Amino acid sequence: MKRLYLLLSGVFAVLILLPLLLDKYVIGIFVMIFYYAYLGQAWNVLTGYTGHISLGHALYVGIGAYISTYLAQQLNLTPWVGMILGGIVAVLVASCIGFLGFRFGLRGVYFVILTIAFAEIARLVVCHIKPLGGFAGIFLDFRPSFYNLQFRGNVPYYYISLGLMAGSVLFVRLLEVSRMGRLMIAVREDEEAAQALGVDSFKYSMLAMGISAFMTALGGTFFANYVYYISPNTVLSMGLSIELILRPIIGGLGTALGPVLGSFILTPLSEISRSYFAKGGLEGLHLILYGVLAVLVVLFMRRGILLYLRRALAPVLRLEP
Amino acid sequence: MNALVVESLSKNFGGLTAVQGLSFELHEREILSLIGPNGAGKTTVFNCLTGFLPLDSGDVRLGDRSLKRLRPHEICRLGMVRTFQIVRPFLNISVLDNVLVGAMLRERSLARARAKALEVVEFVGLGRFSNALAAVLPLPLRKRLELAKAIATRPRVLLLDEVMAGLNPTEVDELIQLIRAVNQEGISVLLIEHVMRGVIALSQRVIAINYGQKIAEGRPEEIVKNPAVIEAYLGREFLESQG
Repeated sequence: MKRLYLLLSGVFAVLILLPLLLDKYVIGIFVMIFYYAYLGQAWNVLTGYTGHISLGHALYVGIGAYISTYLAQQLNLTPWVGMILGGIVAVLVASCIGFLGFRFGLRGVYFVILTIAFAEIARLVVCHIKPLGGFAGIFLDFRPSFYNLQFRGNVPYYYISLGLMAGSVLFVRLLEVSRMGRLMIAVREDEEAAQALGVDSFKYSMLAMGISAFMTALGGTFFANYVYYISPNTVLSMGLSIELILRPIIGGLGTALGPVLGSFILTPLSEISRSYFAKGGLEGLHLILYGVLAVLVVLFMRRGILLYLRRALAPVLRLEP
Repeated sequence: MNALVVESLSKNFGGLTAVQGLSFELHEREILSLIGPNGAGKTTVFNCLTGFLPLDSGDVRLGDRSLKRLRPHEICRLGMVRTFQIVRPFLNISVLDNVLVGAMLRERSLARARAKALEVVEFVGLGRFSNALAAVLPLPLRKRLELAKAIATRPRVLLLDEVMAGLNPTEVDELIQLIRAVNQEGISVLLIEHVMRGVIALSQRVIAINYGQKIAEGRPEEIVKNPAVIEAYLGREFLESQG
């Protein structure tokens, strides 16, 4: 285990120094890697650790993006505070969904449908709210300053997103060995068996839902202030909900590093192939690559690439089984 | 003194009566067996006692506390824990971590819970496997794990649902020793069992049910000779052919 921590510290140190060497375009790719790793991690807290599958996490991205942006425009409130408020609203919404799902025993596909329904309703409602820009969305005023969470160049975004990702990995690692994390895992493995051992599965499911929604909403605020444009069909879309679950699934669900590994594989693949193939008139080919990769992982590395690698590298890194 | 009192418990599934007016009590420190042919309603009784199914009527009391309308984890907290007939290990975590889930119920500190879990793992004879994933255990060891998880919650009443089914005679004998040891710690045991070797070796009293109703109650050696019990298992014709 020690060697693994050493290795990770080394990687982290390299990532801190990396912007000195890279050009703007590549730094931008890294921002996306970190951002999607972070969102994947947030989703992983719910689905990887308690087993409840949400296919509507774009809802929380949207809540974070819209609330901080709206408050910044109307009241000149700093997005640093706006993101916390967005996070709180996301927790409230997630609690409603969680309450309906967990209290009334909606499991499996029925819970999935519930999460999709809420996200899609939110998208359609926002499409018709004029002060939020409706279909057209909101262009953020570009006023670079720390207070506005807006910066010239990609480097500050690089460090913020790196911080989000690293913080989320650390958090999930601490969670999974904690009392709460272990009880969440018991719920994931077998909810009734956990209840029989005195685990309040409702409570731990709700906690996971809240933490996950809060983290996701912070990501939404970051994204809005990185691209300066939000609309229902980007930050509240079904496509985003799917995009953000692919990385933990391919990297390794229910592991602290899975979403990161998944993002380091998928995000560059998507960014590079998108620009490369688009030149050759083959737009959308990256989606096929996604599909092929997902099929290969499901077929040959059932529990994600990370656990596959972990088994292969266990002797080198001296890991416990 | 009674550890558990069941009073005219009834449970219907639509038009089907699974349990009908069943009453019994489990004494403090006793081992009581609940037997009956397949479909007699034994597991339904367990599900009603532990809050996994709501009762239609009747009452269940643990000590002097009514368990009606309590949820499964609350009942476990009050000191009654069950195992499942089809064992339900947490497959993707280690044997020790499985037992730790139970141990954390009474220990807020993780370190102390782990020490307790390790103790229980050793006690049921799974010490060698404590770091193995539960998924690699074969059935006889999974049955022990099921028992270990339950004991780790430090219950006053332990409900065992066919822990001996599918084991060979040697394994059954080992499990009998284990359950006896658990009982000697002061835990009252209610056993659902088909393996008569286990029932006779362990229980002070036996209750036989059929179609959700009690048909006989008594000491194990009386119960196996009871005509109503033999009829329930083997049919009236068999009984008549025996004269």
